[in-house]
Amino acid sequence: MMGQGRLAAWGIGLAVLVALPFVYRDPYHLHILVLILIWSFAYTSWSMMGRFGLVSLGHGGFMGIGAYVTALLWNHLGWSPWIGIPIGMVAAGALALIVGYPCFRFRITGHYFVLVTLALSGIVLQVITATRDYTGGSLGYTPNRASTNKLLALQFDDKITWYLIALGVWLFGIVVWHWVDRSMARYALEAISEDEDAAAAAGVDVTAEKLKITLLSAVMTALAGAVYCQYQMFITPDTVSGIAVSLQMVFAAIVGGLFVSLGPTVGAVITILLAETLRIGFGTKAVGWDNLVYGVLLVLFIIFLPKGILGSVLDRLKPQRKVPRAHEQEAVQIARPGT
Amino acid sequence: MFMQAFLDIFDIYLLEAVINGILLGGVLALLALGLNLIFGVIDVTWICYAELVMIGMYAMYFMVQYYGISYFVAAPLTILLVAVLGAALHYLVIAPLLTAPPINQLLATGGVLFVLQSFATVTFGIDFRNLGIRLPVLAFGDMNFSYARLLSFLAALVGMVAVYLFMTRTFTGTAIRAISQDRQIMALMGVDTQRIYLITSAIGGGLAGLAACLLALQYDVHPFVGLSFGPITFLICVLGGLGNFIGGFIAAFVFAEIISLGGLFSDLEWGYVLAFAFFIVMMFIRPAGLLARRR
Repeated sequence: MMGQGRLAAWGIGLAVLVALPFVYRDPYHLHILVLILIWSFAYTSWSMMGRFGLVSLGHGGFMGIGAYVTALLWNHLGWSPWIGIPIGMVAAGALALIVGYPCFRFRITGHYFVLVTLALSGIVLQVITATRDYTGGSLGYTPNRASTNKLLALQFDDKITWYLIALGVWLFGIVVWHWVDRSMARYALEAISEDEDAAAAAGVDVTAEKLKITLLSAVMTALAGAVYCQYQMFITPDTVSGIAVSLQMVFAAIVGGLFVSLGPTVGAVITILLAETLRIGFGTKAVGWDNLVYGVLLVLFIIFLPKGILGSVLDRLKPQRKVPRAHEQEAVQIARPGT
Repeated sequence: MFMQAFLDIFDIYLLEAVINGILLGGVLALLALGLNLIFGVIDVTWICYAELVMIGMYAMYFMVQYYGISYFVAAPLTILLVAVLGAALHYLVIAPLLTAPPINQLLATGGVLFVLQSFATVTFGIDFRNLGIRLPVLAFGDMNFSYARLLSFLAALVGMVAVYLFMTRTFTGTAIRAISQDRQIMALMGVDTQRIYLITSAIGGGLAGLAACLLALQYDVHPFVGLSFGPITFLICVLGGLGNFIGGFIAAFVFAEIISLGGLFSDLEWGYVLAFAFFIVMMFIRPAGLLARRR
């Protein structure tokens, strides 16, 4: 069966990834790998909603909440990130429900949904900036260094530990993606993204299904933010929250491919390598160039290759694939093969 | 006695904040009008709208400060430049995507946002720049108003009236309004929809250019200035109902008052936070906009 070969490929790939830091120890390259894994996890979390047509620009907000709640609880109350991260995730989830419920209940879709979620990341950014007495405002925030128990504080100095943590978190994201992919919820959500009224008529609880996937996506994004904060030990409102981060998530997921599980990961690899190459190649002159290239690529991808790199490659490999579902077909209208 | 004095001062400040809010509302309404026009006619949201304004502000800066052109000569040139940019945006990015799902169009303009922002970063650097024009502060009783704000408010009003007249009194304007009512049928009536879309985009860009001229009087320009008033513009449009001009107008003033009064009691950021929170509450009460009838 095809599934077994696939599973074997995954197993071998994972074994290689786990073994990698013990063989190859260059700290800079490991650092890049950790960043790629953490951001891949964030982009995967975003794409769980995005693939069903729920384009959110509010995920910068969820990520910021995860990062700042964890850091603030540690610095001000001395609560270990082991407690702080779950609290941050719950906070992000609660916010997702507060914003998501009216959106879904009152059928706010398309442009409206994007703009409402845009407002959300705006709010989180402004609140973090406004409460500068606690969060350091736009200057950024550093969790206090733990002096005694590194494990309790979730602060590690060596890259290998962080690499393994990031790998685990990333794998968790991929597993959840596949879990959703095989669940009934996926069919319900696909039906909703094609025609809400028809789905509702067929007995799908539109509001509940959308809320569930939004909650899952938001909570996972908050976890990504918290892990990023613990790894970098420095966060600013602009690097973990706000509209730029939200757009960056959308961009990477689209470039890699929204509808395949490793798409966002491919997107993260491409975007981070691009940024790093430009940074090394041009030094401080490169400020802004990476985003310029991002922007041009984003526009070109949406016009010519809306299924993303991995999605298009996989399509090419499997020519007589099943008829694409309508909402995917819609997105490929312009890049349909043969036109 | 002391309490009375306190109340007097408080009231003056309150009135000052209310009037400043109205003045701010004028510019916000102008910004919302351009976005609403494009949404209403072409059914596209320009996420990069505020970045067009930012480019316009840079144009003003360079013409006035660098080449020494008079403000009143530079302003029409800026409006023209941003109008051309708007038309180019439509021609290069939106037109190829007209048949794609709306979300793709929105995301493509998100890409343009990145491009414009980083173009400004690369070309102009991240320094804050200003026109170097210092307009006097008007003292009215015990209240102080910035002359720049008053001027912006008036110019925004003039701009809006001009657009209103264009839309209601000219043939092209009528065609634009007709297209916003039914996109399909107008092509059958012999209207060149592509041309109308291009004109609408140019007008939308022109309004962004006008807003740029006015904002350049009050604020420093830097590559990320668009992020400071872009989100608020989108909120205003959604609150007023996307494509609903009157709703957008009212929502602009409601938001401006919240920001201004919120800023009076605390920091300016809290004014914004309040405005955002108000917006989310309103989404519960009137999800389709202020003036929409509830289903």
